[in-house]
Amino acid sequence: MSRRDMQPGEAVRHHVLSVLVENRSGVLSRVANLFARRGYNIVSLAVAPTEDEAFSRITVVVDVESAPLEQIVKQLDKLINVVEISELDPRWSVERELLLATVAATPDVRGRVVELVQIFEGRILAVTHEELTVSLEGHPTKVDDFEEMLRPFGIRELQRTGRVALPRLGARPGEPSAATA
Amino acid sequence: MDMNGGQALIRALEMEGTEVMFGLPGGAILPVYDPVLDSTIRHILVRHEQGAGHMAEGYAHATGRPGVAMVTSGPGATNIVTPLADAFMDSIPMVVITGQVARPAIGTDAFQECDITGITQAVTKHNFLVTEADEITLAIRQAFHLATTGRPGPVLVDIPKDIVDPTNPASATGWEWPTDDEVARSLPGYRPATSGDPEAIERAADLILAAERPILYVGGGILKARAAEALRELAELTQIRVVTTLMARGAFPDGHDLCLGMPGMHGNYTAVTSMQRSDLLIALGARFDDRVTGKVPSFAPEAKIIHADIDAAELGKVRRPDVPIHGDCRLIIEDLVAALRRRLASGAETPDRRPWNSQISGWQERYPLAYEPPVEGDQLKPQMVLEHLRDSVPEDTILASGVGQHQMWASQYWRFNHPYTWVNSGGLGTMGFSVPAAIGAKVGRPDRMVWAVDGDGCFQMTAQELVTASAERIPVKVAILNNAYLGMVRQWQEMFYEERYSEVYLSPDLPDYVRWAEAMGCVGIRVESPEEIQPAIDKANDIDDRPVVVEFRTDSREKVFPMVPAGKSNDEIQVPPFQAGHGVQTGEGGN
Repeated sequence: MSRRDMQPGEAVRHHVLSVLVENRSGVLSRVANLFARRGYNIVSLAVAPTEDEAFSRITVVVDVESAPLEQIVKQLDKLINVVEISELDPRWSVERELLLATVAATPDVRGRVVELVQIFEGRILAVTHEELTVSLEGHPTKVDDFEEMLRPFGIRELQRTGRVALPRLGARPGEPSAATA
Repeated sequence: MDMNGGQALIRALEMEGTEVMFGLPGGAILPVYDPVLDSTIRHILVRHEQGAGHMAEGYAHATGRPGVAMVTSGPGATNIVTPLADAFMDSIPMVVITGQVARPAIGTDAFQECDITGITQAVTKHNFLVTEADEITLAIRQAFHLATTGRPGPVLVDIPKDIVDPTNPASATGWEWPTDDEVARSLPGYRPATSGDPEAIERAADLILAAERPILYVGGGILKARAAEALRELAELTQIRVVTTLMARGAFPDGHDLCLGMPGMHGNYTAVTSMQRSDLLIALGARFDDRVTGKVPSFAPEAKIIHADIDAAELGKVRRPDVPIHGDCRLIIEDLVAALRRRLASGAETPDRRPWNSQISGWQERYPLAYEPPVEGDQLKPQMVLEHLRDSVPEDTILASGVGQHQMWASQYWRFNHPYTWVNSGGLGTMGFSVPAAIGAKVGRPDRMVWAVDGDGCFQMTAQELVTASAERIPVKVAILNNAYLGMVRQWQEMFYEERYSEVYLSPDLPDYVRWAEAMGCVGIRVESPEEIQPAIDKANDIDDRPVVVEFRTDSREKVFPMVPAGKSNDEIQVPPFQAGHGVQTGEGGN
């Protein structure tokens, strides 16, 4: 696990909420609509079923400059299909994000792109004479850095998943010593 | 027992205790209307679906039981969106059934298709699209459970035609009635609050005993929680003065010595100013609405806040409470009374509140609610009409109101001495609310006299429901305060837009309200002079076999006072000009 998993000073205006919801049609739209109609900004959002197929987990990164986190959580909690909400403190949680990018990589610079992918422990998924499609899974800040380093080569297309997160094993807010990774 | 989805739906409504429903059939809901013929439920056929929604709301306001409405898909469903939004803002328990096109047609832009669950997400407590006949009974049980527990609100259940149509095999179902436990388990994310945190209640009791200038600020939550009696016990035990918000009129008797009446933008001077100067606001089932607080940063600047509410999201939404208490208001008040009694029994004392109480009495004497009496030749004063009406009806009369000047005057000049006697649209401010809401209230409380106070603008929005009332023999009475204007808009244009009257004039004679009333099967009466007021009211009160409409020609220049202009501090409350002559036009700067 990279040192980048621990970023205590990371953008405090962003908070990560892990929202357990009933796995029913329309639930994502209820959550998204709530943010829209109350004027809360979503930075990123990822959703998929959990180990129990009756439930899905939405990992949502919110911009708390738009509203106090407490109010966002309370309003979310009023949605009937929302079962549980926890705020994931970046210091005591593991976070991951996936990036896919197609980058210009003509033969003269391809070696440097490949080297970059290797440094970041990413993967090369497809190659043509002119372009490479690469993937990287990692902590969102690592993915940020990777994207930044790729940019000068010329990003043709890029898609990120938004972050997903779980509490770090054994970690509890207020018990920093429990943090092991 | 084999049945079809439509039969199961109606049976489920009966099982939930539905005695009456308001609605209008159409294509997609047709199969559900067939078993209505065989049901014990009284169905009231409305003339517009908005009427069905407001009637259901009026019924719920007056009885405390959930109102039920049923309409068809598409335009039938969109026509009931306004009542849903209204019920959502005012926390009215309501269950609305909408027809939907058959499942295979959903998403194809079929005739009279609309995504009503999508449209109403933001204005319902919850909604469902039921996709199997077997799931209808559970959906109805969930809908009533959600509508009536926690913070009440409207729930919409959307029913595709093929699962209720007996000619379609998809409508075949057995009868299964989910248990309470099954309903609870089917809603894993729903845990309505009950009693408040005992530790918070103890802290609240300490604050109450220590306060020198406390005020009980009570909202509609008192009525929803059936907490009027508990509130009275708390007020009498502590001798703390009570302000009742627009949604709480009647929750504490206006005739009680401790009652200060309505606060807010058009609240009386004493209610507004006592909140402003208070050192402790005990907010019970109230939500610090902008119409109550005025400019929030200068609202009650010296007050500590105890805030009790069933909805955790209200705690701290507008003003951060010193003691938040999440729970049911009745249980919280009862626990609070017990905590206070324990303290008092062990010798706890309160500060001397006589200076505060005499300050309040001083405001009451100096700035009573008042209007300038008419001079010869003036048109009727609306306040005077309301005073006559108030003094001519039984004390437990239910008063429904539309939205605007007439609503504020009704709230100001009526004397509400019983809970559930005031039916109005507070949060959404829905013009046209009163006629259908009064009809719904009368259906729910046929033993009571029900008057609607309406404006001429409001009346023209939903008056057709008086046809419903005539046809169904629902003898409501309507007082139209006809000032020939959209009065509240006119007032703002006069005060804040340099008397530039843009699109507010309606005409006193077009339509002819008396002939219109008569055409709808009502008795119509016109009142133009002061001496006609009382005979007209007496005549209306004597008619009990059909609706009555009394049109009062009122003075369009009359404005609602006091007034805190929108966005201003409550300290800038404006009393009527003739009172301002006493030397003080705005609130006092200090204690």
